[in-house]
Amino acid sequence: MAKELIHLSHISKSYDGTLVLDDLDLGIKENAFVTLLGPSGCGKTTTLRLLGGFETPDRGQVFFDGADITSLPPNERKLNTVFQKYALFPHMSIAENIAFGLKISKKSKSYINDKIKYALKLVNLDGYEKRSVDSLSGGQQQRIAIARAIVNEPKVLLLDEPLGALDLKLRQDMQYELIRLKEELGITFVYVTHDQEEALTMSDSIVVMNQGYIQQIGTPEDIYNEPCNAFVADFIGDSNIIDGVMLKDKLVQILGVTIPCVDTGFGEHQPVDVVIRPEDVELSDPPDGFLEGDVASIIFKGVHYEIEVTAGGYDWLVHTTKMYPVGTHVGISVIPFNIQIMNKPESNDEKAVETGEF
Amino acid sequence: MNFKCKFKRQFLSGPYMVWIVGFILLPILMILYYGLTDSAGSFTLQNITAITEPIHMKALLLSLKLALLCTAVCLILAYPLAMILNGLHLKRQSFVVFIFMLPMWMNLMLRILAWQLLLSNNGIFNTVLESLGLAKVQLLNTSSAVVFGMVYDFLPFMILPIYNSMSRIGSDVIDAAKDLGANTLQVFLKIILPLTVSGVISGIIMVFVPALTSFVISDLLGGGKVLLIGNVIEQEFMQSMDWNMGSGLSIVLMVFVIASMAFMNAHGNEEGGAAVW
Repeated sequence: MAKELIHLSHISKSYDGTLVLDDLDLGIKENAFVTLLGPSGCGKTTTLRLLGGFETPDRGQVFFDGADITSLPPNERKLNTVFQKYALFPHMSIAENIAFGLKISKKSKSYINDKIKYALKLVNLDGYEKRSVDSLSGGQQQRIAIARAIVNEPKVLLLDEPLGALDLKLRQDMQYELIRLKEELGITFVYVTHDQEEALTMSDSIVVMNQGYIQQIGTPEDIYNEPCNAFVADFIGDSNIIDGVMLKDKLVQILGVTIPCVDTGFGEHQPVDVVIRPEDVELSDPPDGFLEGDVASIIFKGVHYEIEVTAGGYDWLVHTTKMYPVGTHVGISVIPFNIQIMNKPESNDEKAVETGEF
Repeated sequence: MNFKCKFKRQFLSGPYMVWIVGFILLPILMILYYGLTDSAGSFTLQNITAITEPIHMKALLLSLKLALLCTAVCLILAYPLAMILNGLHLKRQSFVVFIFMLPMWMNLMLRILAWQLLLSNNGIFNTVLESLGLAKVQLLNTSSAVVFGMVYDFLPFMILPIYNSMSRIGSDVIDAAKDLGANTLQVFLKIILPLTVSGVISGIIMVFVPALTSFVISDLLGGGKVLLIGNVIEQEFMQSMDWNMGSGLSIVLMVFVIASMAFMNAHGNEEGGAAVW
């Protein structure tokens, strides 16, 4: 695997007495597409600003390529940022915007012109040199902001919710565009978003954050299939999170019924969180299934129906392609492999999870 | 839209129309009439060409000189002030703006009269100088006193448009410039300065025009020794009772005002000033 390019070491940061990051430790590998994912206020943007040099940590150090850059100002760092609101210079043409960084570093005129052409081509906006910033749409402005950053050939591109202001269709197009750009440029992307779908689509590696703590780091598949706690499970996609008791290895009790699972090593009679994805819940005709309940609501979502079933005193969220009218008496079953068992939070770090906004 | 409704709405602007016609349009027409006729009522350009008389020319040139000086001093004071103001914490910002605006709510005459007392030979400045064993300085009735009074009076009109245009620059734009490698000086020269040009231009108009036409300040702080074109016009009307001459010179002054505004407007839109008015 590639070497580590950035390391955030034991970073703490607070604003006006509110702790935003607490003893954060994170390494980012070269040429990776790393996404910091979390709800607003989780510290992801602060982490990015620490990398960019716009904030200094109260405690801890930032390492870049082995060197301590904690107190280096932004203009001396070898990374560039794409800002949430694009932050283009309104008094300059598109070409002047893109040339800004190159002019500062005193590149030759022909080099700058070549770079502008190359960058505009890369973001599919050839011929826009003379246009003014105002005359571009949000998506176009965002692509110029990306072009402006990448012409400086940074080793790392920091992106702060760059697609947040765009509409759904454009956002999806831009996601593919960003993946393509990353492949073509071969540089490290550090991407901040609160959109779990965006994170799952684009990333090599996702860092899920909440309340200043890292909850889980892993590939999109890991994060989705094996969430390490209830917060991650809930934040990444929809989930049924049910209080349960682990009776012994491979046997868990929820809502008064005992069902088999595949997890081991939780001890006996241990309270746990049981997480079941809505698409893993199977509906059947009673008396099949371990629980029986009634369909409370049904919404058509295009690919599937989103059904709410009240069973065992819990409102189950179910995704299914079959239509069940409201009031239908159904049985619920889940195959053991699709039942995830998680420890209840114990330490303070993990408690932050429970008091989250979700 | 039905006709009746439209008519009624237009009716609402009636009082304002009366005001405009009666107190703005009519006086201007009267000034034009008086300025272009002699005392007998026949057409002449004599009142206009009277500006070339040495005494009038001297007053006009002095007015231009003092107004330019006042504008320059205001600009030099206001720009750094606006930057400091913009850098303050948001809560303190509005308070400091309030402090700057406070004097503007008091009557101009009152403020200038106060300065007249402060600068006089027995005023507080000379008293302090005397108690320190230094010689008294003639402060009142000098060109410097007039410029000082103008700067004191018009400074907020320079600060506010500059501050407005500065506060509209997003912090992420500044961050972006730094991110692209610009140091503090480069951020100032390439981002802040160009983006505040419109504010500077409105500030210049809003200080230069009233400074050029002022006569109360030069009257009170110049003590009749500093004769500005405004004072000359006032004397023509009030002392010589020569309305034709006064109007003729007013027209010349108006041309200067309009020309300076047109010049400035041609060099940038006036967005900064709109926020103040």
